[in-house]
Amino acid sequence: METNPLAVPANNIICSLTDPENRSLGPPLDLPQDAGPKELHLLINTLLQNEEKLPYAFYINDKELVGSLGAHLKQNRVSVEQVLHIVYQPQAIFRIKPVTRCSASIPGHSEAVLSVQFSPDSTKLASGSGDTTVRFWDIYTQTPLFTCTGHKNWVLCIAWSPDGKMLLSGSKDGELRLWEPTTGKAIGNPFTGHKKWITAVAWEPAHLQSPSRRFASASKDGDIRIWDTTLHKTVMCLSGHTLAVTCVKWSGEGFIYSSSQDCTIKVWETTQGKLIRELKGHGHWVNTLALSTEYVLRTGAFDHTGKQYNSAEQMKEAALVRYKAAKGESQERLVSGSDDFTMFLWEPGTSKQPKARMTGHQQLVNHVYFSPDGRWIASASFDKSVKLWDGYTGKFLATFRGHVGPVYQISWSADSRLLVSGSKDSTMKMWDMRTQKLREDLPGHADEVFAVDWSADGEKVASGGRDRVLKLWMS
Amino acid sequence: MPQGDHIDLHRKRHGYRPDYFERKRKKDAREVHKRAAFAQKALGIKGKMYAKKRYSEKATMKKTLAMHSERTNRHKADDQVQDGAVPAYLLDREQTARAKVLSNTIKQKRKEKAGKWEVPLPKVRPIAEDEMFRVLRTGKRKSKQWKRMVTKVTFVGPGFTRKPPKYERFIRPMGLRFTKAHVTHPELKCTFNLDIIGVKKNPNGPMYTSMGVITKGTIIEVNVSELGLVTPAGKVVWGKYAQVTNNPENDGCINGVLLV
Repeated sequence: METNPLAVPANNIICSLTDPENRSLGPPLDLPQDAGPKELHLLINTLLQNEEKLPYAFYINDKELVGSLGAHLKQNRVSVEQVLHIVYQPQAIFRIKPVTRCSASIPGHSEAVLSVQFSPDSTKLASGSGDTTVRFWDIYTQTPLFTCTGHKNWVLCIAWSPDGKMLLSGSKDGELRLWEPTTGKAIGNPFTGHKKWITAVAWEPAHLQSPSRRFASASKDGDIRIWDTTLHKTVMCLSGHTLAVTCVKWSGEGFIYSSSQDCTIKVWETTQGKLIRELKGHGHWVNTLALSTEYVLRTGAFDHTGKQYNSAEQMKEAALVRYKAAKGESQERLVSGSDDFTMFLWEPGTSKQPKARMTGHQQLVNHVYFSPDGRWIASASFDKSVKLWDGYTGKFLATFRGHVGPVYQISWSADSRLLVSGSKDSTMKMWDMRTQKLREDLPGHADEVFAVDWSADGEKVASGGRDRVLKLWMS
Repeated sequence: MPQGDHIDLHRKRHGYRPDYFERKRKKDAREVHKRAAFAQKALGIKGKMYAKKRYSEKATMKKTLAMHSERTNRHKADDQVQDGAVPAYLLDREQTARAKVLSNTIKQKRKEKAGKWEVPLPKVRPIAEDEMFRVLRTGKRKSKQWKRMVTKVTFVGPGFTRKPPKYERFIRPMGLRFTKAHVTHPELKCTFNLDIIGVKKNPNGPMYTSMGVITKGTIIEVNVSELGLVTPAGKVVWGKYAQVTNNPENDGCINGVLLV
């Protein structure tokens, strides 16, 4: 598109800048056609009176603006008769390098690795395995650090406390154990109470309670139990689901969300353990839940800078600041993936009606995950694809195809620009949000990849699978 | 000789004797003691036979009891750690038995170069030429004897066109052409009906290999894309070798074992 400087007044476009939640920023503006992202950038930073210049991405009808306005309009055939809505979205001020190579594959486990998780401050790594042990790994020397024995059956799920001082693990015989990451010793006796295997665990967020004290666990027997680590016993037992509970999340507002095979999602209140809401809509098992603020809740007070805190109060304050920034002015959103091949977007704080129903997958949805900034939802499905959805409206955006087996797990990079997925076909793949294409193929595992995690500082990706080795990937 | 169910009939008409149940209870209670006394007293072959009978009765009784209390029993096996750990999200799902990922693609390539495989049937009976071929007499006077008909099963690729009869030295009969084989996966222990892609090696000679003759011990290549095998790099494997384990010309089907 060539612009004619003589005809500038006629060629101007009336635009209004809006934020992702559709609030407009001042009155509409008259912009020349040759304005591009760079000019808009300057404009928006002055309009918002940002002291530091922040990066933004601009979208017109969900298409990213790359070149000049005029060219974009012509290419996508957008009408200039109406006021053009340009959506600006703040980008992360740091950039995470895509991981490209396997830096270490560490053997140690004698059975499949079932779960892998980095600590919130990204300095430690732990994994749970089918050989009934939990192992801590030294990520700097890439060697095994501690082997924690104690469980009597497969360790199905592990979770770091938001302050990074404890690791919780749940096993197939229904026991939960706490481990000390600095020594690899168990803290106290196992937590017993569940009659069947543990399906998910969730800690109370750091901005509600610091140091971390309470956590919730979900089990196949249909109960959710809230435990206290200092009293070392069950505080509450939330029963109400008629079938196995598949996922549990502790929200930043102090609720507990639980999904179950009885097709419902329940919202519980945590002081007395009362059922507040029941979200119905799915026609089959609900497999997984994700919160828009989940990434912040998981990392607590720690961000990409690697800052350490001295006291619990400082940590709590920092976590609260981070939580508020991530939540913005909008409601906390919840997305659920199910065996009926659909996903629902809810705003469970206010309404029991779904905000959107997301259809498109041709097989069950196994894992959903909000991007750290809450803008995208990624979903992993057994139909061998990963799909990308808008985090605010639930609109379908893109499909990532490339896996030749069911996709089990996904993980976001901290800057929301990259996504990594692990699959049954023994590979991991990295996807780029900007181009919405495959960025990197990461072969190396000899068998199914069961667990994938990207550290919060973005340096490393850890993965584990049926081939019993733990792999670390770096840029 | 029984004279009819007169006792039964009487009972139906007049009911049981008033002391019938009491007597029966006592009789049953005495029965055990009687039996024990007999068991102690019986000698020789009689005693042996009786002991054997009692033993088998007791064993069946114990088995029935165990069967009835199966549900309430606590099973040791459930508590033990099993192999094949899967994450929580796969625990409730039915797992189809599947082949292990074939990590030996490189090894296989090396073997292919050497032309040697470790096969289930290392040695086969050599087949003489006059068993393999039948001479067809051609010409007006049937005096020419240069044409041969293959008497074994053959695989003919889908793109094959016949040559004019004058130049066609070997005839592969339509009735003995096969496109599918029943191939068993040795680890999965199950059999699939798979398409044949080609004949890799016939142990009787390179000529038979190029003609696509399939005899016992022949290595064939089959299409395994349905099995969902994956290479370490995440690609679907579609061609794998298999060895024929039967005599297809006798059986009317091709059975084989996958080489993994």
